[in-house]
Amino acid sequence: MKPKYQAITLDDLDWHILRLLQENSKQTYTEIGSKLNVAHSTVYDRIQKMEEQGFIKKYEAVIDYDKMGIQQITALMTITTDPRETENIANKMAKFGQALEVSTSISDTFIVDAKVVAQNQADLHTFVAKFIAPLPGVLRIRTAIVTRKYKEERFCLPNSESAGKRKE
Amino acid sequence: MTSSSLKALRNVNRDEAFYFFTSIGNYTGQSAGSLDEFLQKIKDIDIKSLEFHLFREDFEKWVAQTLGDGRLAEEIKFLRNQKLSGNALRDRLYFTISRRLKELKSSQSTYVR
Repeated sequence: MKPKYQAITLDDLDWHILRLLQENSKQTYTEIGSKLNVAHSTVYDRIQKMEEQGFIKKYEAVIDYDKMGIQQITALMTITTDPRETENIANKMAKFGQALEVSTSISDTFIVDAKVVAQNQADLHTFVAKFIAPLPGVLRIRTAIVTRKYKEERFCLPNSESAGKRKE
Repeated sequence: MTSSSLKALRNVNRDEAFYFFTSIGNYTGQSAGSLDEFLQKIKDIDIKSLEFHLFREDFEKWVAQTLGDGRLAEEIKFLRNQKLSGNALRDRLYFTISRRLKELKSSQSTYVR
């Protein structure tokens, strides 16, 4: 996989650093360096370079709402749209705080996919009925409520199999 | 009666229209922007949608709050309490709304004269 708009070439070490940061971005340069058998200054330089290039966009906290006792449901919405309005609908969806992810896709129709959160099913329905269904160009909506998550990753690093078995 | 019948017969905007769902978050793509259109949609809409909204009291809320027709809302509430389902529900709902629509239209025409 070749990264889009790549100004510099990432080598094997960069990819390993990225993988470790994805596992835990609070690791120190020293911890990362010792895992990869390189100096912490090397790790620092590489991370700086990737931040400057915009390859690393941000560091964020992954919150476990269940442990915090916050009741929340996640739903996956598939919105069938009029092709002339797909883009508008996706942009409007993206502005809602309830939407965690919004993307467009094509199957036999033009679709806006969204992952949304709500406090409960009643809130979810109100959100869909009041704010999404009335949007011009919405032809149909299918909503599935997530019952259990088995895996959640942002993306898969290229050559992840070899990256996980770096020779030392 | 006359001004309330005018309100009940008006065309509402997109934000106030009734949107037919079959279950939580599952929109059929059908909506109604007036009582007239609502009646037409009831004829063909998926029966699951009628049962879903009747049970949630959505019909009576929309009729009372958006169209301002408390009397029709009461009649729909009565139907809900009868625990009808399937085509019996569709037929009764259609009959109830159709009868009320005729009343409203005739009172409107009297008012216009």
